[in-house]
Amino acid sequence: MKVNMKGTLLSLMGLGAVLLAGCNDKLAVLDPKGPQAQRQADDTILLITLMSGIVLVVFAMLVFMLIKYRASKQSPDYEPPHIEGHWLVETIMIGIPVIIVIFLSFVSVKSNYIVESIPQGYEDQEPLVIYASSSDWKWHFSYPEQDIETVNYLYIPANRPIEFRLYSFGSITSFWIPQLGGQKYAMSDMVTTLNLAADAPGEFMGRNANFSGRGSAENTFVTTSMTNAKFDEWVEEVHATADPITEEKFEKMLEPGHLGRETYTGTHLEFSPAPHHDHDSSEEDSSVEEHEEHSTK
Amino acid sequence: MKEFFAQFAIPHPSLLIYIAMASMIIGGIALVAIVTYFKLWGYLWREWITTVDHKKIGIMYLLTALLMLFRGGVDAMMLRMQLAVPDNSFLDAQHYNEVFTTHGVVMILFMAMPFITFFFNYLVPLQIGARDVAFPRLNAISFWLFFMGMGLFNLSFVIGGSPDAGWTSYFPLASNEFSTSVGTNYYMISLQIAGLGTLITGINFITTIMKMRAPGMTLFKMPMFTWSALIANLIIVFAFPVLTVALAMGTLDRLFGTQFFTMDNGGMDMLWANLFWVWGHPEVYILILPAFGLFSEIITTFARRNLYGYNSMVWSMLMISVFSFAVWTHHFFTMGQGALTNSIFSITTMAIAIPTGVKIFNWILTLYKGKIVITTPMLYALHFLPLFTLGGVTGVMLAMSAADYQYHNTMFLVAHFHNVIIPGVVYAMLGGLTFYWPKMFGFMLNEKIGKATVWVMSTGFLLAFMPMYITGLDGQARRMYTYSESTGFSLLNMVSFIGAGLMTVSFLMLVWNIWYSFKNSSRDISSDPWDARGLEWATHTPVPVYNFAIVPNLEKGSPEAFWDAKKNGVELFKGKIEDIHMPNNSGQPFIMSIFFFIAGFAMVFSMWPMAIFGLIGVLATMAVRSLEDDHGYHIHAHEVEETEKSYDKGGAK
Repeated sequence: MKVNMKGTLLSLMGLGAVLLAGCNDKLAVLDPKGPQAQRQADDTILLITLMSGIVLVVFAMLVFMLIKYRASKQSPDYEPPHIEGHWLVETIMIGIPVIIVIFLSFVSVKSNYIVESIPQGYEDQEPLVIYASSSDWKWHFSYPEQDIETVNYLYIPANRPIEFRLYSFGSITSFWIPQLGGQKYAMSDMVTTLNLAADAPGEFMGRNANFSGRGSAENTFVTTSMTNAKFDEWVEEVHATADPITEEKFEKMLEPGHLGRETYTGTHLEFSPAPHHDHDSSEEDSSVEEHEEHSTK
Repeated sequence: MKEFFAQFAIPHPSLLIYIAMASMIIGGIALVAIVTYFKLWGYLWREWITTVDHKKIGIMYLLTALLMLFRGGVDAMMLRMQLAVPDNSFLDAQHYNEVFTTHGVVMILFMAMPFITFFFNYLVPLQIGARDVAFPRLNAISFWLFFMGMGLFNLSFVIGGSPDAGWTSYFPLASNEFSTSVGTNYYMISLQIAGLGTLITGINFITTIMKMRAPGMTLFKMPMFTWSALIANLIIVFAFPVLTVALAMGTLDRLFGTQFFTMDNGGMDMLWANLFWVWGHPEVYILILPAFGLFSEIITTFARRNLYGYNSMVWSMLMISVFSFAVWTHHFFTMGQGALTNSIFSITTMAIAIPTGVKIFNWILTLYKGKIVITTPMLYALHFLPLFTLGGVTGVMLAMSAADYQYHNTMFLVAHFHNVIIPGVVYAMLGGLTFYWPKMFGFMLNEKIGKATVWVMSTGFLLAFMPMYITGLDGQARRMYTYSESTGFSLLNMVSFIGAGLMTVSFLMLVWNIWYSFKNSSRDISSDPWDARGLEWATHTPVPVYNFAIVPNLEKGSPEAFWDAKKNGVELFKGKIEDIHMPNNSGQPFIMSIFFFIAGFAMVFSMWPMAIFGLIGVLATMAVRSLEDDHGYHIHAHEVEETEKSYDKGGAK
């Protein structure tokens, strides 16, 4: 049985190693393509390393105890002593975790402010605002600046900060492009903000990560990041070829179901504005009138 | 008329549901036939349905928990089977949603909760030297309310349709607009009824532990499981009212058109998420603390040593219980509450790791200089320590809010919480069950099968859940009924499926072990087969209805009263046998709960006359109880002496 025990512990560690080895640049979260995802990947690697250390210490202590203090290794008349605990041992036992938690708290707070701000390295640029709103089970991307709206696909310029403003026409969804950065909820009665940026052109998987009913598994989109020139070219092309979005078309689009890629000029924000209430704004001016205003939209 | 019956139909029927329906009906008829054939109705009524004995109520909780473990397990296997290969069509989206919703609700509320309540019931009075709980009849009400809630929830499967909005039932997804079947009504009302039972349990056990401890048992002489039960029940009393309110608001939204969680008219969907987790996070600790208590009992017994750092164990549990109410936001760091709020909750969440770590180290240090005997319960504990540590450290990862943006809603999260709940709670339940089995039923479970079960279970567990950490980091979101080949998740999901299969095998081995041991184990065992340490082992096996003929005295005792008596000659039972006052059985808790069931079922379908009838029935049974004079009965001293003698003759201690 003891061999078994050791075997399990070894295989456990092996599994941990596989996990770590598997965490090469292939896993989406650990293959970041933007500063926000980079920060999150760095945190993840730091955590995996630190936590593996803790796990190893616990395993080592356990294995030591199990090998040394097995009944089969002791004389039959051995009586284990009564031990209450020792102040030094307990201080170490509490002290080291406290130090680790304090260290991680600093990292955590710093990361929080980083992922909530304009991506590092792009602070000098004006962010491109894109409204990403979800309906059952689609994503609508509105570019007010460019006066364009797309469905289920997202084109962004690389090397420019993007400010996503998220909301939902129904259940809570979560806007997630793993390689650019972690997710945030889109909800029906307020707008949330997610700051992302792509460091290079490329294609990235995006999806709604939050369960939102029957069609949520297929509630995905592809994000394409491209050079500024290509992006401008695309905008011009859309204005030359796409139909304008109308209220009737949009209402029809909102009906539950799936759609392919669609492209329009104009945005639905003109006739169906985003909820007023801004969850992230520090100024709490959400008056009763505002509530009533958007409830009657 | 046709419309009336049409509402009871399943909105999304499938062959699987029809097979399950048929087998439930056949099983039910067979059960009734067997009970009738062997003329067991009277026995069932007298000995079980009307009982107020904490031991029998405990065993009824146990049976319900095992039944629900089976149902939740079948759900789990269906989920893993659907995901075993990409683009599978074993379940469609709607069916998959129903299955993962019921898997979650059943496993947390109708499997884990009754399992720990079974241990509260069976062990707490024995560990504190009491004859029953403080309010025995209330205890029966707790059980029957829970049981009816469980029954009502499971009925949704065959009448009207299962809930499909996830076990968290987030609004607006759970509103009438998006969740059109009566499934979510079942969720709201059955959890309400069962939750009421749990709340009453909380009050009952706090009172029992505070007021009914044997003379001389100060708080810091209580066995560790009793400490964990006290703290868990304190959390219940603080947390469950929040669930009660949230469910009531959800019910009002769905049945009466109020606007608490709606998208318009000032409703706020995030309010549900907050209320749910203000209850939901403490709930996690309600489950894990008693598990910690059981592991403390098991590890001390088989390390043949006292618990290392008793005081720090108690204080760490108290710390955990306080912190458990200050971390709920970590379930939705991604809701957009900003960096400051996330930072606060990130730190409080990580802080919980400190007392939890203290406990892990205490258990390991309990092994130090011990004389470790590896039995089945100990093997569960020894697998718990490394596996739970793994789950704990991934919890610290999730606590880092910025990084959590990448883990939230993914299989990484699913892997984490199964990694703490299965080795933590489930191993404690099964280890504890094996440990206390001889005390309850008078024979041991087979050790060979038992140990093999643990090894198969752990192997299955690792295969089932380790791959999810990886696919989660690769972008596999949770609760999605399918994925495409191009995602590259196929291989690891197949591994998960195989692991889940092995876990199923291990549960079958557990059932086989019970049957095998029932047939083959010796009935000639002592009342202390494990050489254990706690006061609960100072009773006879099987435990007589009055538990202790003489109330134990712990003036000179310690948390390991029985060990003191065995090794140090401390005299626990002083004085002579006297008349024992016991509570009467009563059918009222059962009848009242039936009325609750009727009212609940009627409300699910908005059948108001029937609902009002049920509620009047509830009030009427309460009135009957208020007007009743019931002083209990006495077991006379000579009867007690005779019972005690029969144990001496039988060879048992």
